[in-house]
Amino acid sequence: MAKITLDNLAHSYLTNPSGEADYALKELNHVWSDGEAYALLGASGCGKSTLLNIISGLLHPSKGRILFDDVDMTEASTADRNIAQVFQFPVVYDTMTVRDNLAFPLKNRGESPQYIAERVQQIGKMIGMEAQLDKRARGLTADAKQKISLGRGMVREDVNALLFDEPLTVIDPHMKWELRTQLKSLHNEFGHTMIYVTHDQTEALTFADKVVVMYDGRVVQIGTPQELFERPEHTFVGYFIGSPGMNVIPAAVEGMTASVHGAEIALREAFEPLRGKVEIGVRPEFVTLTDGNGLPVNVRRVEDVGRHRIVRADLFGNEINIVASEDTHISPEMTRVTFDPTHVNVYVDDWRQAGKAA
Amino acid sequence: MALELKNVSKVVGGQTHIHPTDLTLSKGTMNVLLGPTLSGKTSLMRLMAGLDKPTTGQIFWNGEDVTGTRVQDREVAMVYQQFINYPTMTVYDNIASPLRILGKSRQEIDAAVRKAADLMQLGPMLDRKPLELSGGQQQRCALARALVKDAGLVLLDEPLANLDYKLREELRVEIPKIFEEAGSIFVYATTEPEEALLLGGATATLWEGRVTQFGATPTVYRQPVDATTARVFSDPPMNFLSVSKMGAKVMFGDGQSVPAVGPLEPLPDGRYLAGFRPNHVEIISHSAGAMVFDTTLMVTELNGSETFVHLDHHGERWVGLIHGVHDLELGAPLKVYLDPRHVYIFGEDGKLVAPASYALAA
Amino acid sequence: MDKTVNHKAWFLVLPVLVLVAFSAVIPLMTVVNYSVQDTFGNNEFFWAGTEWFRDMLRDDRMWDALGRQLMFSAIILLIQIPLGVFIALNMPKKGFWVSFCLVVMSLPLLIPWNVVGTIWQIFGRVDIGLLGYTLAAIGIDYNYTSDPVAAWITIIVMDVWHWTSLVALLAYAGLKSIPDAYYQAAKIDQASRWNVFRYIELPKMMGVLMIAVLLRFMDSFMIYTEPFVVTGGGPGSTTTMLSIDLVKMALGQFDLGPAAAFSIMYFLVILLISWVFYTVMTNLDRQEG
Repeated sequence: MAKITLDNLAHSYLTNPSGEADYALKELNHVWSDGEAYALLGASGCGKSTLLNIISGLLHPSKGRILFDDVDMTEASTADRNIAQVFQFPVVYDTMTVRDNLAFPLKNRGESPQYIAERVQQIGKMIGMEAQLDKRARGLTADAKQKISLGRGMVREDVNALLFDEPLTVIDPHMKWELRTQLKSLHNEFGHTMIYVTHDQTEALTFADKVVVMYDGRVVQIGTPQELFERPEHTFVGYFIGSPGMNVIPAAVEGMTASVHGAEIALREAFEPLRGKVEIGVRPEFVTLTDGNGLPVNVRRVEDVGRHRIVRADLFGNEINIVASEDTHISPEMTRVTFDPTHVNVYVDDWRQAGKAA
Repeated sequence: MALELKNVSKVVGGQTHIHPTDLTLSKGTMNVLLGPTLSGKTSLMRLMAGLDKPTTGQIFWNGEDVTGTRVQDREVAMVYQQFINYPTMTVYDNIASPLRILGKSRQEIDAAVRKAADLMQLGPMLDRKPLELSGGQQQRCALARALVKDAGLVLLDEPLANLDYKLREELRVEIPKIFEEAGSIFVYATTEPEEALLLGGATATLWEGRVTQFGATPTVYRQPVDATTARVFSDPPMNFLSVSKMGAKVMFGDGQSVPAVGPLEPLPDGRYLAGFRPNHVEIISHSAGAMVFDTTLMVTELNGSETFVHLDHHGERWVGLIHGVHDLELGAPLKVYLDPRHVYIFGEDGKLVAPASYALAA
Repeated sequence: MDKTVNHKAWFLVLPVLVLVAFSAVIPLMTVVNYSVQDTFGNNEFFWAGTEWFRDMLRDDRMWDALGRQLMFSAIILLIQIPLGVFIALNMPKKGFWVSFCLVVMSLPLLIPWNVVGTIWQIFGRVDIGLLGYTLAAIGIDYNYTSDPVAAWITIIVMDVWHWTSLVALLAYAGLKSIPDAYYQAAKIDQASRWNVFRYIELPKMMGVLMIAVLLRFMDSFMIYTEPFVVTGGGPGSTTTMLSIDLVKMALGQFDLGPAAAFSIMYFLVILLISWVFYTVMTNLDRQEG
């Protein structure tokens, strides 16, 4: 278990980087608390795997330092950092049995056979593979192999951090549930520092205590799933989290109202007149379709997703999505929408602007 | 224009990959094949395309028997999970290739390629090679190549599975648009129920090589004919509970009971399997006559706007999807409520006996 | 996969079938024909049945040659396979030197076989050969024309020089297909270099190595040109391998009958061993899947 500190960390894959654009990972200064579960969330190419590999020691950063519990580990080898990593596709030693696979890291360290046997039994039970401990790893299914990878990572008691690089990619959706909940219960029970890289927001939000949203090599926001959902600091966070993502509409903002093509929207805070690219953001869950007063919209499609419905509409030429619950009755007379003022955020040049409380 | 499968089955080396199936797909429809991995989706698609010959049965295209015809002679286009493009040709040539084989004129090819490229937002990339594009763009190129052919039957085998979550969402919105433009028969295979619901049209649920149900997507979702279909068409998976009906009451768990109302009333006494979807589990009782369960909370997962609760009910694992973010104590007992209107009743053999009444009303 | 039947394909294969028939099947049938007949010359043949086969099985000379051949093949395999793997493990996987190494490794494979024999024949000569001269200068008594041990060592070293590259290149191809993640996981697991080899590299190379072993076995079992050019089968008959013996019999003594019988048996032995290898390989494949 360790606290991980990133000190002015940056990385470029080029030998002579000239500008910011050459850096895959732009300057990062963060502290990740001991024992917490973090998710690194972002699209492909945003730098999350780069960051993970720097933490595990598989990649040496071009600039800056990384510290474990305030000890500089930038030059330390992967073995010395005492971390465990689970990769995108299962990495198991095919010729060994499940038991030997799990025992491998401990054997390499020279632990006593008795301790190894005990620990393997414990971990085998934890990943739910006690019955298969003596089977050859080769013939098992993808999710069983991934569980073995996971078990092998956890078998060392003093591991500093558990790193996961999109581990559920090869897993069937039905099994994804099981493995996700297992990871969560493991975290609850053992309290390791866990860092989970993914592009799947559901995985990130359900797994982590805090989610680190990355975009173009930068950390855009760190927060609890709820914070990211209700107060996205950047329009990218609003877009990336939530299915569908946040509606972003250009508007003019003054005082406590925002106006879109003359129509007025109430805000919860007061703002000075704003300059630059001004937009308001509101999540589809906080938009209501109504036949009463509101902003006029053209409804184009209503999609039934089972547990709720997604209404795709047009607001003054801007695409807008509305999430309506299963029981809501939608009639053709509903051609207006209202926004919940407590959940409307104001963005200037993509960053959230805080106003003054009224 | 219609595709008909009559008694089609596929047996390979003693193993039945597809059980005898009858299926009719009409012109201009979007058909989704929904099922877990290895349930037979790809095998069925290969049979439809003509890449494999069925062991029994016949396939009719527009009334004509095409069972023995080679795939090159049928009007079929196929898009795969791995973005398959000719790596040495530019995007333009990739999209143009099926038209060149058909022998169309230069102007026709140019017009068609540009139209497909614009539809897939590949206009500026036409002279790049596929490997220079991102994953999403490569798949768009494969899609454009499938569309430009104007084939009567377009098959898509989990085309979005290898893409990032958000990219998948975006392309999923575009696919119905291109489908409307094309007017052909679309068949789309996927493992995710949500995709089936978003694409609409008709859905065929597959389980272990069998088509368990085929019909309009909302109907298959709301009125599954058996427990297997309900299980396949649920994400998170549907929860099940053994109940027994005795007279005017339905007994479950440890001697608890609720009055047998609505569709439960006319049922004969006996043992049944009750199924209910996670999003209908509640932690506050909203209706009188709701069924109460004493469960233990094992794990919670927060989604930002919803909470997944993983419960233990007398050894059975249930999942609930609760609206809002709740901070609940793990390991503590938790009472959950279920409105009987949301309960599906299946017989012990799995067949649907009484659909959830809310589904009938919708 | 069940491809739909395409009859046109048969026409494309026909020319190949005709060629194979002429160059392989018919000559093979001729040999079978000879093996069951006897002649006193003048193109007169009469039926001999299995007489030649029985003679061959009783022939000491043949058994000696077989023994020598098996020992040769065994030594070759024991040296070339581990050496090839070792070289492959140490060849660079990325960067400029990759192409350079691959080209250098391929060079011995490109030399015509009798040229290889000639090179080593001259190389080993005490008077004008670099190796022979140097060894004599150090004081080692080396003469491959009169000393059986020296002759054996010479042809073995020659074969190793000639063919190890094949094993190395095949093993290298197998190694390159191992995804990086396995090595990374091994680092994280703090595995030793030996463990990485034993548990990651070797299992993943197994398929390719089987092919290498099969090829090397077949080739070494049938070897003719190189040892013949260097030693001619001598001194005496100490380096007379099976094929050399066979040629002596067939062309030297013109004993067509016994030679034909010998050929058939030779062919069957190779077929048998190759079949065994093939079965082992496909079993491995099935386990993998």
